[in-house]
Amino acid sequence: MSSISAGSNRTTRSWYKRNEIAITPWLFLLPAMLFFAIYVIIPIGQSVWISFHQWDGLGEKTYIGTANYERLLGIGEQKIDRKFETSFWNNLKWLVLYLLAVPAGLFIALFLNQTVRGIRIYKSLFFFPFVISQVVVGLVFSWFYLPREGLLNAILAVFGAGPVNILGDPTLATYGIIAAGLWPQTAYCMILYLTGLNAVDPEQVEAARLDGAKGYKMLWYIILPQLKPATFIAFVVTIIGALRSFDLISVMTNGGPFGSTRVLSFYMFEESLSEFGFRMGYGSAIAVVLFFIMLGFIGYFLYSMWRDEKEAR
Amino acid sequence: MFPTPIEKRSRNWQISYQVILPFALILWLLPLIAVAMFSIKPAADFANGNYWGLPSSFEAISNYGKVFFESNMPRYLLNSMMITIPTVIGAVALSCMAGFALGVYRFKGNLFIFFMFIAGNFVPFQILMVPVRDLTISLGMYDSIQGLVLFHIAFQTGFCTLFMRNFIRALPYPLIEAARVEGVAEWRIFWYVVLPLMKPALAALAVLIFTFIWNDYFWAVVLTQGPSAQPVTAGITEFNSQFRAAYHLMSAGSIVAALPPVAMFFLMQKHFIAGLTLGAVK
Repeated sequence: MSSISAGSNRTTRSWYKRNEIAITPWLFLLPAMLFFAIYVIIPIGQSVWISFHQWDGLGEKTYIGTANYERLLGIGEQKIDRKFETSFWNNLKWLVLYLLAVPAGLFIALFLNQTVRGIRIYKSLFFFPFVISQVVVGLVFSWFYLPREGLLNAILAVFGAGPVNILGDPTLATYGIIAAGLWPQTAYCMILYLTGLNAVDPEQVEAARLDGAKGYKMLWYIILPQLKPATFIAFVVTIIGALRSFDLISVMTNGGPFGSTRVLSFYMFEESLSEFGFRMGYGSAIAVVLFFIMLGFIGYFLYSMWRDEKEAR
Repeated sequence: MFPTPIEKRSRNWQISYQVILPFALILWLLPLIAVAMFSIKPAADFANGNYWGLPSSFEAISNYGKVFFESNMPRYLLNSMMITIPTVIGAVALSCMAGFALGVYRFKGNLFIFFMFIAGNFVPFQILMVPVRDLTISLGMYDSIQGLVLFHIAFQTGFCTLFMRNFIRALPYPLIEAARVEGVAEWRIFWYVVLPLMKPALAALAVLIFTFIWNDYFWAVVLTQGPSAQPVTAGITEFNSQFRAAYHLMSAGSIVAALPPVAMFFLMQKHFIAGLTLGAVK
């Protein structure tokens, strides 16, 4: 069909035909961009806007300037919001401890990177906690931790250790939840490393072996550099996962005991949509703070990707 | 290969590896095994404190039967299906097109738009929560399946576009050029040249998005309320309050809720893993 119009008469070629290469990408992009703009890009701006207001989600918004932020961060004569402070420190705990999933995943991947009989089934069974929804993981672990019925305390009793109520203890609860989160996340990192190990250049390994490299030295100088792409993705997904933690907290403790397991994402939800009333303005201010924390990481990820993109050209 | 293949090690090494392997697996899956055990026990075992002994009778059929016939569980499962499947189709379709545009054409702003999709995909959900909930209410779609589907399609498009664009970039470009020289229209190039080559990417994304959406909890809580539209992840909390402290039933319920993505994973393992590594680790 295009050959007819191209061959017959140049001047009668439609405007579209003449500009086909320039227009087509935009036509293809349009639906995705429209959806993404309406549901993702614009709401970010709206949230920032709402955070400067007092709003119950139904009535009129009242502009109150930066009052929400002042209350949140304790600027001026007010004290910092205690709940915000706890949430922030818990987020930090999540971030640091969640990253243990990366070395743990590498360790299991190295353990499973063999070719014995049935190893494929082992690999998929090790991986499959990741496929289960976080809600179910949360339930499973909260039953695992139960003081009376839980398996954990049954095991501890064998060793003579007293029963611990992990999720009921404000000093332990957050760590208990993070441990539950590490379970699927480690599985994720493991699969990233297993695929990475598959691609390791066997000739380099053999050459290093001839040079006498073994064990840790081999791992550090020969293997890990080749696993760099896997490590990068493992870090990205783990950091984002840590800052997004919500499901587990909501299911396992609902922020308690005494609000000790709140994180920013959960606190925001609680302020905006809980039974205590709809404080959407204040909630949005918390979301904006979380957003800026994440933006730091996102900026770094994008920068590394951009660098790779430049090299690829 | 690293570490040293076990066949090249001593006999003792090989035997101990074979022995450790199943033990490590049992240890790893212990919480899950515990729940599976719970789900086949009779209620009497919990009353008598027989938590960890063998089940005094085998009650799998009656426990799972209760989940399917005496609760809202089937309704929740159906809702989850009706949310997940349209989302998968929508997100994959949109991102195929966007990925094609970003992967094949050079134009001003290409990289910028691409990075917007990536960045949006990493954003915390909470910054979208209030406006998206508002929008959904004003569209009259609060507490409806369509409301959830529309949002999920939009949000997943970010991740899918990242994946598709990288996949299309790796396709042989001369193929497209050859088609152009032949005078094939651009949309035909997409439909007849590029799309058939994207089959593995389509499969990988479909499985992955299925799992992501099935397992979503946050948006289910924000955008829906009752059994009419709630997916199984949100429904399970209501289910649990119906059977409070009946651990055998709650365990059976959780296993049912978790099963579809697990089945999907075991059926389409290869595609699933290809998707997870974002195509970056080959």
